[in-house]
Amino acid sequence: MDYESNDTTRGGSPMSTGMSAADRAIAERTWLVIPLFNEATVVGDVIRHATETFPHVVCVDDGSTDDSADAARRAGAHVVHHPINLGQGASLQTGLRYALSDTDAEYFVTFDSDGQHRVEDALDMVRRLATEPVDIVVGSRFLDGRTKPGAIKRLVLKAAVVFQNVTSGVRLTDAHNGLRALSRDAASSIRVTQNRMAHASEIVNEIGRLKLRYAEQPVHIIYTDYSRSKGQSVWNSVNIISDLIFK
Amino acid sequence: MDANQILIKTVLITIFAVLGLVILLPRRGARGMAIRRLTLLLVMVSAVIAVIFPDLTNSVAAVLGVGRGTDLLLYGLIVVFLGFAVTSSAHNRRLDRQITDLARQIALTDAHTSPDTQKPTEDVNPK
Repeated sequence: MDYESNDTTRGGSPMSTGMSAADRAIAERTWLVIPLFNEATVVGDVIRHATETFPHVVCVDDGSTDDSADAARRAGAHVVHHPINLGQGASLQTGLRYALSDTDAEYFVTFDSDGQHRVEDALDMVRRLATEPVDIVVGSRFLDGRTKPGAIKRLVLKAAVVFQNVTSGVRLTDAHNGLRALSRDAASSIRVTQNRMAHASEIVNEIGRLKLRYAEQPVHIIYTDYSRSKGQSVWNSVNIISDLIFK
Repeated sequence: MDANQILIKTVLITIFAVLGLVILLPRRGARGMAIRRLTLLLVMVSAVIAVIFPDLTNSVAAVLGVGRGTDLLLYGLIVVFLGFAVTSSAHNRRLDRQITDLARQIALTDAHTSPDTQKPTEDVNPK
């Protein structure tokens, strides 16, 4: 098997022989930002799989009470620890700040720690950043028929899309997709101040406020039993909307 | 409800709306805080007066078209309470932002100075 030797002070090394040289060059300048809270059972596998394509991964340990941070580190990720639990939004902002301190980094991907996101989708999105005139590529479950969430969840998500289109002026088909690829411009200018789950809507509002060039990418979200049990409850819509109104 | 009452109720609602806005949209800084403190003082003083002269509130209430003095006090209390709830909530959100900034600063400083974020352990991608 081909082994691509890499700078050993960095994270894991991309060992995938299936990647083209162009893709490898792009991945080398990309950081995956993974908020992490109590996912010890899966995060190791998620990171090991991710580092086959993306050598630079930063996990933001948001005050996990289990072994997550250690598992992430052993799997090859850089780990940044929040001294207190702040929320997924805050973790993303911290992770982006950390990744931005790498001056060679040009692309940043927000990626979930529970295995719901596919690395292939992330690579496709970053490739678009590198080749098209866009600042941010947002994943969407609803551009093709791949993803099948439950009926109630689908309804709530559709309502969220309408609300978001009206309030931000940004037209997206998926209101709450955690898989995003950002250019350096986008990553450094977007300010995430919503610490908890309202950050997803806030990021969309930021796209509108900063007039970033955006595009959507069809992605497949893998709903396993594990991730379904951890997923965001529909009740959270109330909290999110109130967070955004009384920000 | 006869015509007189409707007129007075409109006046009453307008007064309360203005009072409400003054309280609910506090300016930040020294002036805002002073206004809030004066409001609180006014409320306390009114409460004491109402206790000492119970018929006074009834007279004032009658002028304004409200049923009883105690009803008037209740309306006033509601407005002030809502004002404080909103102010307090805004204050907490500000504190949250400060705490977040502090925690992030700690996290990033630790990450850049401690060695274990830079160098993963030996068993990276054991294949």
